Amino acid sequence: MTRRRLVTALLVLAVLALFALPLLLDGGAEYAGTDGQATAVIEESGYRPWVESVFSPSSAEVESGLFALQAALGGGVLGYVLGRLRGRRQAARPARSEQLPADDT
Amino acid sequence: MHIAEGFLPVPHAIGWVVAAAPFVVHGARAVATEVRERPESTLLLGAAGAFTFVLSAIKLPSLFGSSSHPTGTGAGAVLFRPPVMALLGTVVLLFQALLLAHGGLSTLGANAFAFAVVGPWAGYGAYRLTRALGAGLLPGVFVALALADLATYGTTSLQLALAFPDPASGLAGAAVKFLGVFAVTQVPLAIGEGLLGVLLFRVLTVNARPELERLGVLPPEPTPTEERA
Repeated sequence: MTRRRLVTALLVLAVLALFALPLLLDGGAEYAGTDGQATAVIEESGYRPWVESVFSPSSAEVESGLFALQAALGGGVLGYVLGRLRGRRQAARPARSEQLPADDT
Repeated sequence: MHIAEGFLPVPHAIGWVVAAAPFVVHGARAVATEVRERPESTLLLGAAGAFTFVLSAIKLPSLFGSSSHPTGTGAGAVLFRPPVMALLGTVVLLFQALLLAHGGLSTLGANAFAFAVVGPWAGYGAYRLTRALGAGLLPGVFVALALADLATYGTTSLQLALAFPDPASGLAGAAVKFLGVFAVTQVPLAIGEGLLGVLLFRVLTVNARPELERLGVLPPEPTPTEERA
């Protein structure tokens, strides 16, 4: 049980470190998105897009808000599902632990 | 990996729609069958879609001062096999094309082919291979998610190279150029995505054991599941 927790903590730390370290190491970088870099490479060749997006967020703030909305929707659903699954397991547990008193730990 | 709206010449745009469409239609059928035959899978199906939804919304800083986003399509491919992700991934791309001006309708075919077809299949293939070599579920999940991510960006690079071959060095030169933009940035993100997948599956193996057994991801346990929290 404690070992399981330790592994979880280490995994979370590794993910955080992986994305925090680049930010700490070269603070001056702009972190331009690779999608944008690719379109810049294409435009260098003189190509111009032949159609515009149906709807473009009017500012960077609105755009990041919409991205946050996407993440929130996904995170909300994911949290709901994992919460339900965990609740289901815990609801099933007391019935069993009455039969087997000291099974855990 | 989102090719921006209008950034593929018309013949390429049409070609990729034709290439991706059968996979997406087949994927829609696979989702319908899954929901009809195993209604208890619906929760996990939601989780797989949601995982891709979150991960593809978050642009993360990477080495060399650029940023990009993971894909998250490997998780659903491991759980439900790749066809299901062809539909779920395309839904994510459609949302981003319509509301975020990220990707586009004219490039939806190409983006769906990279994100919702090649990524999940590459991840699933890598998963099956690692499991066949005797590795456990979690190493398999790590490899699946990392490779689905990398394969998607590799495909995007090749799609762009096909559309915009370098005047001097041709197709190969253009491929190297676009891989230079995408691949290097993507490696740390793919590793991070693999680790996130391992975290997700650690939660699922404890809390969704019956579903994972029914999906064939975990072998059925003969005795009623011993709680190992």
